[in-house]
Amino acid sequence: MYMKSVLAASTALMLAGPVAAEPTAEVLHWWTSGGEAKSVAVLQDQFKAEGGTWTDMPVAGGAGDAAMTALRARVLSGNAPTAVQLKGPAIQEWYEETGLADISDVAEENDWAAALPDQIAQHMKCEGQWCAAPVNVHRVNWIWGNKQILDDNGIEMPTTWDEFNAAAEKLQQAGITPLAHGGQNWQDATVFETIVLAQGPDFYRKALIDLDPEALTSDTMKAVFDELRTLRGYVDDNFSGRDWNLATAMVMNGEAAFQIMGDWAKGEFLAAGKQPGVDFVCWPTPGQGFLYNVDSFAFFNVDGEDRQQGQKLLAKLIMGPEFQKTFNLNKGSIPARTDVALDEFDECAKQSSKDMTEDAQDGSLLPSYAHGMALRGAQAGAVTDVVTNFFNSDMSSEDAVQQLADAVAASQM
Amino acid sequence: MEWLERNMPKLVLAPSFVAILIFVYGFIGWTAWVSLTRSRLMPRYEIDGFGQYARLFASPRWDVAMNNLFIFGGLFIAISMLIGLMLAIFLDQKIRAEGVLRTIYLYPMALSLIVTGTAWKWILNPGLGIQEMVRGWGFQNFSFDWLIRPEMAIYTIVIAAVWQASGFVMALFLAGLRSVDTEIIRAAQVDGIPTRRIYTAIIIPTMAPIFLSAFIVLAHLAIKAFDLVIALTNGGPGYATDLPATYMYAMAFSRGDLGQAAASAMIMMMVIFAIVVPYLYSELRPRREN
Repeated sequence: MYMKSVLAASTALMLAGPVAAEPTAEVLHWWTSGGEAKSVAVLQDQFKAEGGTWTDMPVAGGAGDAAMTALRARVLSGNAPTAVQLKGPAIQEWYEETGLADISDVAEENDWAAALPDQIAQHMKCEGQWCAAPVNVHRVNWIWGNKQILDDNGIEMPTTWDEFNAAAEKLQQAGITPLAHGGQNWQDATVFETIVLAQGPDFYRKALIDLDPEALTSDTMKAVFDELRTLRGYVDDNFSGRDWNLATAMVMNGEAAFQIMGDWAKGEFLAAGKQPGVDFVCWPTPGQGFLYNVDSFAFFNVDGEDRQQGQKLLAKLIMGPEFQKTFNLNKGSIPARTDVALDEFDECAKQSSKDMTEDAQDGSLLPSYAHGMALRGAQAGAVTDVVTNFFNSDMSSEDAVQQLADAVAASQM
Repeated sequence: MEWLERNMPKLVLAPSFVAILIFVYGFIGWTAWVSLTRSRLMPRYEIDGFGQYARLFASPRWDVAMNNLFIFGGLFIAISMLIGLMLAIFLDQKIRAEGVLRTIYLYPMALSLIVTGTAWKWILNPGLGIQEMVRGWGFQNFSFDWLIRPEMAIYTIVIAAVWQASGFVMALFLAGLRSVDTEIIRAAQVDGIPTRRIYTAIIIPTMAPIFLSAFIVLAHLAIKAFDLVIALTNGGPGYATDLPATYMYAMAFSRGDLGQAAASAMIMMMVIFAIVVPYLYSELRPRREN
């Protein structure tokens, strides 16, 4: 009798051993549109090929708002997903609320520190331990232009905002809408932060990362708002409520000359069969610097050997050179790893990658505030409220800087 | 058995009573609690005081939202009632095809506010809708661009909401008109009193309870207005058409600022109470006298 139960127990253990180690992952993300879904499928296939079980949990809508609501409900009920698409300071914010899983052993084994620019690696760490893995780098500060229109009007790449203004005025006189823009508040914020960047990396850091009240109310910031007001004059009257991709389509169809937008706009051009350098141009915005928006997956604390194995496998695959290449070819961004060969990427992506490496050296590789990389939700929202209100009214720059400082102070209460 | 018979009503009502206790009043209490904490991404339960309310009233965006609520609510209720009453009086004139007309007027109510919002977004878009159409007729200086002007955009929401709700108000008033005692109207007609006077002096005053019901329904529609704004302007241009409901949504779901969201929800609830409590009072008091 005794022997029998020992035998049964040991058999059960032997059976349970390999079963428990099979990695499983439940992945919460909001990549549901065509190119994005294709990009996730790449990861899913690799995960399955390694013997894992993947449960997809896509939550569409609201630029991730719906997914974050789903996440909150899951965490409150004590059943967090294995991996969640999270980015920027939101990773640390969640870490402070619930704690995140430590994936440092995977990161150290595969030497992530060497493969990633320091600034980007910092976003993936929570109090020194690795808690997230990056999948891509989007450059935010791009100007996209219609090649035909620019050639016809003899317009060269602007290196200052004054040159940009001069070009825009020339286009306006020729009866062309200079700037395609939409009515979503993050689009206003995107344009705003590229102008802030043109005032130098130090000013950008003080104003939009440290939220230094002196920088926020400085004359430099007033000049930023003045330029934003000038740009507002180059947008057609009908922009409100327009989505960003419709603004991109205006550049594509020759209804407008420029759009200031991150490199996801390139995805639209490429999807329409346009060639960089032939049909459209990609120029970094005036001034020097690189604003990044990094998509990443954070790993929550989960129970069970299989799910923890799943996290480790997922982390390894996400940072794998093969996945980084395929994923970003699909999505239009560049790999977060600096050691991936870029032969198959287009010219814009190559320049983006080159600039990222260079700007990482001299401290002008900076997080985008408009895309949730520089500030926490409440602070970023406070800044965006002022920017979008300024853009859509006839507020003076003096009032704007004062409101900016007040709103930021209120959000920190 | 006898016990069961006696307690049947209580037993049947108990589940819904418990559900209401938890899911309405319980969560109101929970929201009030959260509004007094420093909750951000997730609820935290240490009471911190009225800081969230101070932040709320310091926020220019909340100011805009509250002003919009009063502009939108006031105009929406007044115009819907006026148009609804006029339509009801016109339909009350024993005209032919009344049934068909009634259906036509009522039909907008059957549409989702999302559909209304999206349709009006196109109609009011200066590049596609009314403005472009009138310009196409040759009036090049015609301008109707409220949708993209921050100071006027809130009125476009009033237009769409009135279009949606006035048919419903008409139905309420029509029922009210038909319930007025015909004997009194006949007597007035025999006395040679003009129809206009019959309406203003006899029929409309007797319909006072219907006005009150219509007002209550419209007022709560106005306060909870959310989907219409999202579909029509998405709170824009800028945040010019924000209402308290959209503000609360933005704080809770896009900003990760639960404390602010809870505080704004509490204020919204107080606004509703300010309207509903007098109504309940007026409704419940006569019964007690009986």
